[in-house]
Amino acid sequence: MRPTPSQTVGPFYGYALPFRGGGDLVPPGRPGAVAVHGHVYDGAGDPVPDALLEFWQADEAGNLDGKPGSTRRDEVDGSFAGRDGVTFTGFARVATDLDGHWTLHTVRPGGPPYIAVCVFARGLLHHLYTRVYLEDAGDALLTSLPADRRATLVAAPERDGVYRFDIRLQGEGETVFLDLG
Amino acid sequence: MPEPLSQETISREIAELAARSDGGDHPSRDYPPYRSSGLRHPHRPLVAPPEAYAELRGPVFGVSDVTPLDADLTRQHAGEPLGERITVTGRVTDRDGRPVRGQLVEVWQANASGRYPHLRDQHPAPLDPNFSGTGRCLTDADGRYAFTTIKPGAYPWKNHVNAWRPAHIHFSVFGTAFAQRLVTQMYFPGDPLFPYDPILQSVTDDKARERLVAAYDHELSRPEWSLGYRWDIVLDGPSATWMEEGR
Ligand SMILES: [Fe+3]
Repeated sequence: MRPTPSQTVGPFYGYALPFRGGGDLVPPGRPGAVAVHGHVYDGAGDPVPDALLEFWQADEAGNLDGKPGSTRRDEVDGSFAGRDGVTFTGFARVATDLDGHWTLHTVRPGGPPYIAVCVFARGLLHHLYTRVYLEDAGDALLTSLPADRRATLVAAPERDGVYRFDIRLQGEGETVFLDLG
Repeated sequence: MPEPLSQETISREIAELAARSDGGDHPSRDYPPYRSSGLRHPHRPLVAPPEAYAELRGPVFGVSDVTPLDADLTRQHAGEPLGERITVTGRVTDRDGRPVRGQLVEVWQANASGRYPHLRDQHPAPLDPNFSGTGRCLTDADGRYAFTTIKPGAYPWKNHVNAWRPAHIHFSVFGTAFAQRLVTQMYFPGDPLFPYDPILQSVTDDKARERLVAAYDHELSRPEWSLGYRWDIVLDGPSATWMEEGR
């Protein structure tokens, strides 16, 4: 069967897709937690204020089964209740703010040493995949890339437990985006 | 001062790119008639990773992630929304036709007047206090989703002078793998705005573009209540099951 074509997420997903605590895979500041943050930039180097990022990763033990509860609903009033604070669901979603900035609170993935990322934006007709490596793991993807491109996938430590990862959609320093077939 | 960008110019670009269609299922990220794509598509080719692990698995959702009322966009406020009540239903499958079970489907749309309750939408059409235009549900054991809503209106946007979006419902769908993720838009049959819209026309293959248009299904219409539309969704991309089966 032929697949359903992709279309842009458009400018007005903001009241539909983001949810409370969407970027907090673990409560910020939990022992062992890391913060990963950065900007999304376009080909002119300007921040992209209407991008939506999704993250998917293994838990600290390397488990990739995932758990329900990322978009937990309040049964009383139907609002987003937020995660329960103890279950690691593996899935996060963050809209960039007006500065094109985003923040993810998570733990280091066990197993595959990266956080998978899916990028949506107004103006982007088909989402893009990339990966955040918290250190240069030297895995098959990283070693297949020339040094300058490889560096676009490795988050830069800023201070204890805080990493910087910018996504450049186009041009100089363009992030490596993946063809997953 | 630059010439205002006319529909004529955009339509000419659309025709040129349609004539050169590569028959692909998805739009090219570089599609100049949609002006916002200009600075937001990569110049370098995508890189096929030698190995993928996390991307072949994906997030899971459960009963705590949705409430039963989330799928009825006409019952989210004290009063009833204005507009033509419709139901939209279909199946989510992978490319082998296997149902995608228990996965999250999210929708969002303009109201009957073509207005979103978003601060940046300043189209001078009325907001409807009884319609927010967001819905969510989990697919059932057969991969089926269903929403009750109202038919959205067309709305103007600023891609070029006199640019209007055909009526559409935005869909976000999860497969069993992160690599199967899809965000797209569903259109209504016979909309006269189709040929003018660079977002729909970015899918340059005629057959592929037709897959974005729902079918009116009289069997799904409910007497004295609502009109029924059917729209099936086929997810692209590999999952762990595909890889295990050696595809
Ligand atoms: Fe829209």
